[in-house]
Amino acid sequence: MSDADVDSDARQFSRALMVAIESGDVDVQATAWSDVRDVLARLSESRAIHGASPSETATFVLSLKQPIFHALRRRATDQNQLADLIWTASTLLDQLGLLVTELHQKAREGVIARQQQEMMELSTPVITLWEGVLALPVIGTLDSARTQVVMESLLQRIVDTGSVIAILDITGVPTVDTLVAQHLLKTVAAARLMGADCIISGIRPQIAQTIVHLGVDLNAVTTKATLADAFALALRRLGKAVTRTPPRSESASLTPAASAGA
Amino acid sequence: MERIPILKMSGFLLVSIQVDMHDQLAMQLQDDLTNRIATSGARGVLIDISALEIVDSFIGRMLANIAAMSRVLDAETVVVGMQPAVAITLVELGMSMPGVRTALDVDRGMALLNASRAAGDTGHDDVPVS
Repeated sequence: MSDADVDSDARQFSRALMVAIESGDVDVQATAWSDVRDVLARLSESRAIHGASPSETATFVLSLKQPIFHALRRRATDQNQLADLIWTASTLLDQLGLLVTELHQKAREGVIARQQQEMMELSTPVITLWEGVLALPVIGTLDSARTQVVMESLLQRIVDTGSVIAILDITGVPTVDTLVAQHLLKTVAAARLMGADCIISGIRPQIAQTIVHLGVDLNAVTTKATLADAFALALRRLGKAVTRTPPRSESASLTPAASAGA
Repeated sequence: MERIPILKMSGFLLVSIQVDMHDQLAMQLQDDLTNRIATSGARGVLIDISALEIVDSFIGRMLANIAAMSRVLDAETVVVGMQPAVAITLVELGMSMPGVRTALDVDRGMALLNASRAAGDTGHDDVPVS
């Protein structure tokens, strides 16, 4: 943050502060203080986004304390009046400091919420592997909110593409507990209700062990070790097969023709 | 009183629910459908719920019941065209309707019924693989 920015922020803030103080109201939530609140909201938001810490942001307001106390000491006629004035000013500045911290926090929370949303949207792509075959590679931990998004996007794509087989690949899911397993089973059940079959693939050895130890019943679901196995099964169910053809010279190195389901 | 029409189509009964189901309507459908299966000797029932956007546990149970009753009357039931929101709701309500066969649309549902009639048995669900 450049000095010029700080300077212009400080000018705006002191102008708004002056207007507010002249109203005679010392409650920062009062309408006379709305300009001050707006200025503070804008600057704490921009600071939060630029990565400033809450104390740095609060210092912007609290650094006013010293000059104000100095000025008051010069103005005050006797000790009692000085104490009263300092008390009022101090309360006011504390309120402003708390307000700034709160606004800062709120802005940071907004950033986090937005990132979470973006991550959620990024991490649930539904891929068409073949006509009638969808794949959904799940990456990261499945919680209730994500399962909802995964389920909705998968079911919507099933309707849109008229796919009869959906492959849920959980290679990217680090751990499976009973809750995650339950979420997976719910997704499978919902897809089945719509008339599509689900295959779960990418179950790693440790996860297979965990699932059995937890006593989760996956008998109702077709499971395969890898996405390739699941895809081969899907093609077989659709009555399709991948066959070996004589390699063409120009693309021979690119086609290690596998024969699935043969 | 409004009723859900039941159409006969090449040995199967086709029920297309185009209105919001309320309890009375569901009871009426259950009544009409079982009577029609008995009188027509249909071997399969296709229930198209693609226009159904709201379900509650009662309607869910009604669908499961209708399927079970048809099976008792030796007609296989296929529920087709369930909307994603409806599927999610039913699953969240704990009704995954294990006894009901499903298909994506009427076309595929018909194919399913034809295939199982050709196979001659209705209780068999999936061809075991390898």
